Amino acid sequence: MLPETAPVRACGLVYPARALTEPLCFLNVKGKRKNMPIEISEKTIKHEFIEKVSQLSGQDIFKCFQCGTCGGACPMSGQMETLPRRIMRMAQLGMEENVSGSETSFTCASCHTCSANCPRGIDLARVMEAVRLLTLRKNVNKINPSKVPAETVRELPQIALVSCFRKLTS
Amino acid sequence: MKVSYYPGCTLKTKAKNLEDAAVSSMAALGVDFQELQRWNCCGAVHSLADDDLIHHVAPVRDLVRAMDQGSRQVVTLCSMCYNTLARANLLMRNDEVKRKTINDFMSEETDYHGEVEVVHFLNFLRDTVGWDTLRSRVKASLNGMKVASYYGCTLVRPADVAIEPAGGGKVMNEFIDALGGSPVDFAASTVCCGSYQILAHPEAALEVIGRIIESASSAGAEALILSCPLCEYNLAKKQAELVSSGKISKKLPVYYFTQLLAIALGLGPEASRLDLNEAGSVEFLKAKNFPVESGARA
Repeated sequence: MLPETAPVRACGLVYPARALTEPLCFLNVKGKRKNMPIEISEKTIKHEFIEKVSQLSGQDIFKCFQCGTCGGACPMSGQMETLPRRIMRMAQLGMEENVSGSETSFTCASCHTCSANCPRGIDLARVMEAVRLLTLRKNVNKINPSKVPAETVRELPQIALVSCFRKLTS
Repeated sequence: MKVSYYPGCTLKTKAKNLEDAAVSSMAALGVDFQELQRWNCCGAVHSLADDDLIHHVAPVRDLVRAMDQGSRQVVTLCSMCYNTLARANLLMRNDEVKRKTINDFMSEETDYHGEVEVVHFLNFLRDTVGWDTLRSRVKASLNGMKVASYYGCTLVRPADVAIEPAGGGKVMNEFIDALGGSPVDFAASTVCCGSYQILAHPEAALEVIGRIIESASSAGAEALILSCPLCEYNLAKKQAELVSSGKISKKLPVYYFTQLLAIALGLGPEASRLDLNEAGSVEFLKAKNFPVESGARA
């Protein structure tokens, strides 16, 4: 943990260290339970990740002020391991491993309900796509088309197969 | 009147009932519905990443074909195709840099700048056919049948391609009204059905599907209409599973909106293709004295 007074620079903004770590006590970070301290410092912030997410999504992720409207509106949030709001916060803080390690972007159905409701005008569906692609482009597949049972393939409309493979395979 | 229409892949296989009903209805209304020649898959979803231009090529190619075949507008039936084509069209209209890259890449095709208008069939019925004309051609009125309109996502989001302004939620209700039915408003009419996650995360999708069906039923709907084959799969084909797991209390008949159109126009079972719908949907209409044959198999 950084001393309370040491400032941290994240994307041009200088925060007192405490301002950054406090909200994180509520982040459900993989492997760490609630209220576990998480170190956020110039060493841990992946600026390149912040840059990539911003570029791919075309969104200013720093507009997010953590109201949680996205997760409240999300039809899939009941089954999401990390709510979209938390993904946004972790992305702002360049917590690449935590963002990419979360299944959230792969549980997203790209329905744009979050984007339609965000009071800050962030197109969250694009942020989710960026996060998804940064993982998929490392040659990762979240579903294996050849393992989908023949019965399911016969039954499903093509648009289901095409869209699922578009979103979940590299 | 000649109108060019884009069917998309699923309408040629799993959703013949969406297409056949629309084509027969248009013939009955005197509209020459002509399938776009040499169309290809639209890609089903719009690519959201800034650097991913290759996935826009498929929908843009369809729009180029339409332009080359002399069409000013392309009518779509499937909601997902509508969304993908309309968004690719907007991109070609508004983004000069990406437009140039895509046009340069497709050097063998005519340059495209968003000349064609992408229109969903519901809006075509409203703006070109007109509710009054439709009303006057109804032979078998829905007779007050309580029908819930399910829009899902792709007809209404994002706002720049929505088939009507945000918070509208009217066009499908007006359609039901023109056919003599009573539109039922319900809270989940634009809630996503889980879409393709039925394949990757079925438990999450089933949860929301159950919520949508229950929301429509508890609002008093006797039937639900929609325009997307993926929504139809989730909301209709998954109902038996939801009843047995106790997520919904009873089944709700689900139809493509074009099927109710064909039925109201008095076109009979060959046009409405109810043989492709879930068990119970034919019986429901039969009980309401519509001329539908439960044994009809094409």
